Amino acid sequence: MRFVDEFRDADKAHALAAKIAALCEPGREYKFMEVCGGHTHTIYKHGLEDYLPEQVVLVHGPGCPVCVIPMGRVDDAVALASEPGVIMTSFGDMMRVPGSHGSFFDAKAAGTDIRMVYSPLDSLKIARQNPDRQVVFMAIGFETTAPSTAVTMLRAAAEGLANFSVFCNHVTIIPAIKAILDSPDLRLDGFIGPGHVSTVIGCRPYEFIARDYGKPVVVAGFEPLDILQSIYMLMVQLSRGRSEVENQYSRVVPWDGNLVALKAIGETMELRPYFEWRGLGFISHSALAVRQPFAAMDAERRFSVPGVRVADPKACQCGEVLKGVLKPWECKVFGTACTPETPIGTCMVSPEGACAAYYNYGRMNRHRVAEAASAHSAGPA
Amino acid sequence: MSAGSGWISDALREHEQGHDHGERPEMPAGRTELPVTDREQQVLDRIGRARRRRPRVREERITMSHGAGGKATQSLIEAVFLDAFRNPLLEPLEDAASLSVGGARLALTTDSYVVSPLFFPGGNIGDLAVNGTVNDLSVSGATPLYLTAGFILEEGFPVADLERVVSSMRDAAMAAGVSIVTGDTKVVQRGKADGCYVNTAGVGIIAVDALLGVAHAQPGDAIVVSGPVGDHGITVMLARGELDIEADVSSDTAPLNGLIAQLLDAVPDVRAMRDATRGGVATILNEIARAADVGVLVSEDAIPVRAEVRGACELLGIDPMYVACEGRLVAVVPGDSADAAVKALRSHPLGAEAAVIGAVAADQPGIVQLKTSFGGTRIVDLLVGDPLPRIC
Amino acid sequence: MCLGIPGEVIELDLERPDLAKVSVSGVRRLINIALLADDPPKPGEWVLIHVGFALSKIDEHEAAAAMQFLESIGQAYEDEMAALRESLIE
Repeated sequence: MRFVDEFRDADKAHALAAKIAALCEPGREYKFMEVCGGHTHTIYKHGLEDYLPEQVVLVHGPGCPVCVIPMGRVDDAVALASEPGVIMTSFGDMMRVPGSHGSFFDAKAAGTDIRMVYSPLDSLKIARQNPDRQVVFMAIGFETTAPSTAVTMLRAAAEGLANFSVFCNHVTIIPAIKAILDSPDLRLDGFIGPGHVSTVIGCRPYEFIARDYGKPVVVAGFEPLDILQSIYMLMVQLSRGRSEVENQYSRVVPWDGNLVALKAIGETMELRPYFEWRGLGFISHSALAVRQPFAAMDAERRFSVPGVRVADPKACQCGEVLKGVLKPWECKVFGTACTPETPIGTCMVSPEGACAAYYNYGRMNRHRVAEAASAHSAGPA
Repeated sequence: MSAGSGWISDALREHEQGHDHGERPEMPAGRTELPVTDREQQVLDRIGRARRRRPRVREERITMSHGAGGKATQSLIEAVFLDAFRNPLLEPLEDAASLSVGGARLALTTDSYVVSPLFFPGGNIGDLAVNGTVNDLSVSGATPLYLTAGFILEEGFPVADLERVVSSMRDAAMAAGVSIVTGDTKVVQRGKADGCYVNTAGVGIIAVDALLGVAHAQPGDAIVVSGPVGDHGITVMLARGELDIEADVSSDTAPLNGLIAQLLDAVPDVRAMRDATRGGVATILNEIARAADVGVLVSEDAIPVRAEVRGACELLGIDPMYVACEGRLVAVVPGDSADAAVKALRSHPLGAEAAVIGAVAADQPGIVQLKTSFGGTRIVDLLVGDPLPRIC
Repeated sequence: MCLGIPGEVIELDLERPDLAKVSVSGVRRLINIALLADDPPKPGEWVLIHVGFALSKIDEHEAAAAMQFLESIGQAYEDEMAALRESLIE
């Protein structure tokens, strides 16, 4: 597959790994956070950590838009879906996120009409086919996905579709990164910057990280070589005492972002004064709501949602995992009470969650893997 | 289903106990904390124990996951069906049961087909029904002989469509050398049965001396697949028309008895065979690891996948290893018979792209490890949830 | 959720300018290209697809440059390894 296979080449990976190792100062640990859940997923899925020297540690960040949805909002969504006549449409990732009384999946099994869609536009199709029902789209995602919801809303408006609305849970990445930077728990050396969010917002929004906090940022693609190269670029910056924003994913990410996309968001949505993030608490100006001119398409205004704040189960340590303070296996309930089939928290249920990635891909004895690899002299070690 | 407090507190208690009891290895003098890798290994061990625990169905209602062929299906089968019906013939939970009747060894299997849509490129529910049953018998080392065919028809289902299904079944039965000798018909009201559901049972004679079964896999064995994976699941998914995706893919539904006979001729000491259906190749690899308590190592590069199937999987965010096939064989053979096995498979039209995809190891029992194209390693666990519902 | 994959634009619809047919390894789908209205893609160009929308064009020059960097590192690595092997033989 073009633009994919060439960025998965193992030989080039060895070369990059050697370069990264060569830049490691003896005795020094390098901690980089990959913000984006998609990066976490790639790292585990391709076994990328096998290529990194022990001194380079990757910390998983909160960039998983499903993971940061608090239980109360899931309950609100289930309540919406349960309204008479409503067909709720949702991306697959949301289907198994647990609320206080179960997930979408459980609600579906109990008879609620919740349908998985691949694109928000599929919701419009369902709305057209079911004029006597109310279609509510569960809109989640960072700035990557918000433009798609926005264009869908504009389409619906242009068509005069009266039975479509959006339950908007879009969140923005910069406030989350800032919360991480201001957190006393972490000492990071740099950031592997979000890839697809940056196609929309560009690279400028990260400049404050380099300028005010002195941490280098490299916006990275999603293939394993992209991530390795980005780590290499971070190491080069550190070795030269620089802190800048660089764009490794230049084949996809324009430095200035996508103006059309930003305009679409601006037309249909606005920043909420504050929004609760699972694990990170309330963050101001960190999420989007539907703007007044599109009120008819705002599910929160069209229907009443319980809006009850629900604390995470006591056993759940998603918050600390999302902040990178705990590794997934360090959570007390990881793998025993909390598994992908019986998730307690979102980090385990979202395909991009750090816990899910580790449980599904990374849960093995690394030393034995390395030993086996060197025994067969076929591995990256 | 929300996490009931009972099992969370159990897990927490276990976590605490792990820290108190002498599960730790000898600690170097002066150390107060275990090195990270040891702590991680403790967690992994604890998880390994949790996974081996007796399965329970925590849900109050059946969900689509229970039909996906992955973890939930397995739990349901073990906790509900096996628990209630328990007997030595059922326990192996292989594709067919091996019975001894009056001196003859028989294989008996049953399957239900609820595929939606009923007709798709490469076949229809009828072909699936016949081939699927033939395959379940064949992978058990039996020569398939007789099938039953039960139909649950929806009021309003066009007779012409039923005739299409039935004539496909006739053709498939002929191609496989089996006869459909008895059946049943029920009709349910409009709105149920989605047109047509088919149930089959099949019986065959087990001719081989060897005991086939995934529990017999041993370190050193090779794992072979008869061709590209994922064709059927993707075809059905796209045929639903909900995703607006067009591709030149068609179902791989086929009777494998001829292919298997050729394999057994060349490699009589085949340890186990399965046909990869719901849950895909990944599910079978996990079944091997679990049943034989061995490690399984596979190489991503070695697993054949057609370009279009890969493309569709990328588009949908699905892993081809979990996508259903309906005419693919996964066989476990002794290591030094691997080449002979591949050669035998490749000499048959249905096995033209057969390949060795991995091996059985003693290390990390119960776990399937994948060497990625990229050179890294990750595990391949059982499917959770249901990415492609109603595939077969 | 961050899932975005490259696809080649193979057909445009004159009557519906905000749609395009793309191919991903031979698998074809209609996607919405409204987000690229400032510089709509033409058949033969590649785009990044996310939830049924094209988010960005894939710049072939930049991709080639990225590849070149990786090749050069690869080559340097090969050279070094070759040198290492040679020195061992001596």
